[in-house]
Amino acid sequence: MAIFPLRLVPPNTKIDFIGRRKIAFVFSALLIVLSLGFIAVKGLNYGIDFKGGILMEVRTPGPADIDGLRKRLSGLGLGEVALQEFGRPDDVLIRIERQPGGEKAQMVAVETVKAALGNDVSSYRRTEFVGPKVGGELIQAGILAVVLSLLAIMVYVWFRFEWQFSVGAIVALTHDVVATIGLFSVLGLEFNLATVAAILTIAGYSINDTVVVFDRIRENLRKFKTMPIETLLNLSLNQTLSRTLLTSITTLLALLAIYIFGGAVIRDFGFALIWGVLIGTYSSIYVASPVVMMMNIRETITSGSVGGGETGQENPAQ
Amino acid sequence: MIHFSRWKIILILGLCSLGLVLAAPNLFSKEQLAGFPAWVPKSTLNLGLDLRGGSHLLLEVDLRSAFKERLANLVQAIRAELRSERIGYSRIGATRDQALVVIRDPDKKARRGRGGQTNIERAAKLLRRLEAGTEVDVSGARITVSYTVEARRERDSQVLQQSIEIVRRRVDEFGTTEPSIQSQGSNRILVQVPGLDDPERLKKVLGQTAKMTFHLLDERFGFGTPLPTVAPPGSFFAKQRPDKRQDLQGGPPGRVYVLKKRVVVSGEHLVDSQPSFDTGRPVVSFRFNTIGARKFGRVTQENVGKPFAILLDNEVISAPVIQGPILGGSGIITGGFTVSETQDLALLLRAGALPAPMTILEERTVGPDLGADSIAAGQIACIIGFILVLVFMVMAYGIFGVFANIALVLNMALLLGGLSLLQATLTLPGIAGIVLTIGMAVDANVLVFERIREEVASGRTPLSSVDAGYRRALTTIIDANLTTLIAAIILFEFGSGPVKGFAVTLSIGLVTSMFTAIMVTRLIVVTYLRLRRLQTLPI
Repeated sequence: MAIFPLRLVPPNTKIDFIGRRKIAFVFSALLIVLSLGFIAVKGLNYGIDFKGGILMEVRTPGPADIDGLRKRLSGLGLGEVALQEFGRPDDVLIRIERQPGGEKAQMVAVETVKAALGNDVSSYRRTEFVGPKVGGELIQAGILAVVLSLLAIMVYVWFRFEWQFSVGAIVALTHDVVATIGLFSVLGLEFNLATVAAILTIAGYSINDTVVVFDRIRENLRKFKTMPIETLLNLSLNQTLSRTLLTSITTLLALLAIYIFGGAVIRDFGFALIWGVLIGTYSSIYVASPVVMMMNIRETITSGSVGGGETGQENPAQ
Repeated sequence: MIHFSRWKIILILGLCSLGLVLAAPNLFSKEQLAGFPAWVPKSTLNLGLDLRGGSHLLLEVDLRSAFKERLANLVQAIRAELRSERIGYSRIGATRDQALVVIRDPDKKARRGRGGQTNIERAAKLLRRLEAGTEVDVSGARITVSYTVEARRERDSQVLQQSIEIVRRRVDEFGTTEPSIQSQGSNRILVQVPGLDDPERLKKVLGQTAKMTFHLLDERFGFGTPLPTVAPPGSFFAKQRPDKRQDLQGGPPGRVYVLKKRVVVSGEHLVDSQPSFDTGRPVVSFRFNTIGARKFGRVTQENVGKPFAILLDNEVISAPVIQGPILGGSGIITGGFTVSETQDLALLLRAGALPAPMTILEERTVGPDLGADSIAAGQIACIIGFILVLVFMVMAYGIFGVFANIALVLNMALLLGGLSLLQATLTLPGIAGIVLTIGMAVDANVLVFERIREEVASGRTPLSSVDAGYRRALTTIIDANLTTLIAAIILFEFGSGPVKGFAVTLSIGLVTSMFTAIMVTRLIVVTYLRLRRLQTLPI
């Protein structure tokens, strides 16, 4: 038992997180500006869920001759056709842009492609088409889902904590969401329904992390009524640091398993979540807590208008 | 926090065993399960189409077109009613939402014996009792008949239900197991068919209305005569089905016919229809019910030697000449078909016509091999993620890590058991949700253990540290998990298909991980402390 238990974080760390908040703010601001810039200029690589169009995953008898297939499909007059190897050399992902002329046109195009590919394909692993109508609805539903969950989380945090915490949480969450969408834009990853699911999961993970830190800040605010807010935030962050890192590591271990072994279909999904854990952990330390401080939380708490929590009445530990 | 009443211990152990029992069927194959006694739970995970392979089709029923047809019928009925009462009209027709008629001489007295009513009064009275659920509005000489909102809604839902029934009949003809057909919203049908060899055929079959009608040709414009520029009253233009093959009995593809509007007999009178052969050519044979047979018999008797046309969805599929009276009510359709076309046409005629046209809005088909690959990859990811987390937890917390791991295993059992019990659909993102749950499930334990470490550091006794650790971590655990749960529930509400599956596993995983961390690990830790009576905690 000499090496166990392994302590990743030595007890009583005294890292000055809050002192570095200016650097963090510059970094975050840069991240957000870059993300928004990329989203505005480069845009997102929307998948067929949102854009409409056709997606096929096919397996070829031998290693796929992607150029040959591309030439053949480009000649069909179906507009933009994109092919890529998908996970294995004999797996090809074919994306065809939305066909003009409504729902029926997409169906006809699928048939045309299947006829053109003929014997060059040993099996159709996936065929998806989304008509223009559904695509539009899915965008709406996706945006609504993200906005609603952010609002719901904000209301919950407001209800359980003080409004300053709720502002901190929403700023951190928006930061994470924008940075994630920005990453998708920078890397040109396909933005689809699974991405929306990933964003909501990231929001869920990030708020989880943030709430743990907030809980400790609230507790310490009641315990150490005269401690300067900067010291107090640093104390809270250091006290929760070990947990923050441990949970991030176990989650990352599981996500790495998805990313490496989960198959090509959910690789991007796994990647988004890994990024989300990193950015979520960062934002609960460097974004959420400093924002709470800027909102003058100390004045609200010490004037004694706090409700909830059972730790308040206890004697402070030394 | 360190005292468990007896009933609580029993409840915790009971819930854990229940989870294990409910999860257990997933370890056995379907055949093995069938051999077990009846009282053994047999529900296994309900795999989504992306894992088992199959087609997901979202169809939209064109209610507008069904309504248009209904309005046209209403106009017909109004015309007949006014004619039989000899009330003149200068205009009759349907607007977008209502039937409209302009009465001629509205203020003139109607026929004798009608109580001195004027034409307009009489007409309004007649039209009011024409059809239930309509509203009649009179202004000057104009009468409009419109359907009430309720009547229209009721009819729309009828059309949707009928469409679902027809879709079900058509899908059943494919003979796959457990197709799911359900309505979505007011005008959509979601069809999910697992394990299908040929999704293209299914789409083709579902995309057709399959309304079959028999019409006589307008004799003034038979073969070889030039076509009029506008269809004469009582007749309409119909095109030969645009096919590459030439129909032996009809004209070339795209040929235009002038047909009588009156429907001799329609597909609703069909009782059976089968693919068949006639002198070596693939044909579709059909049989009418008594009413259909009588109508068909009479018309063929009266029109021997004349051509008639068989229309499917307003396209001529065949235009043969009546060789002699067909009295038995059965016949064949020749249309230059291939064998598979006769199979599909026979299927469509058997299943009946849709009350309104449908379009396929969305298709997602996954082949069985991709599904199997995804399951295999998902399993590997689960197992590896699981082992990594188990090893890490022991490294981080020693014996307490082992306790957390026991809870994690139970958590998995509860999660699988819960999914099996609820028959929630497990999708590929759902598997990702399970793996993510593995990673996040230990969080509650980590929170508690970290808290206990702090309490130990502040000089408390082992039991008191554990007590305080759990008590203080509890609100944090609940707050942190509830906020994540909010995101998961909203994801469930707004997500579709596979994404929904992800939200389900994530939500159940959050709930079970809270239970195992707060209840199960605590029970183990407390029991361990009571048995060992340690002076210092190995954490």
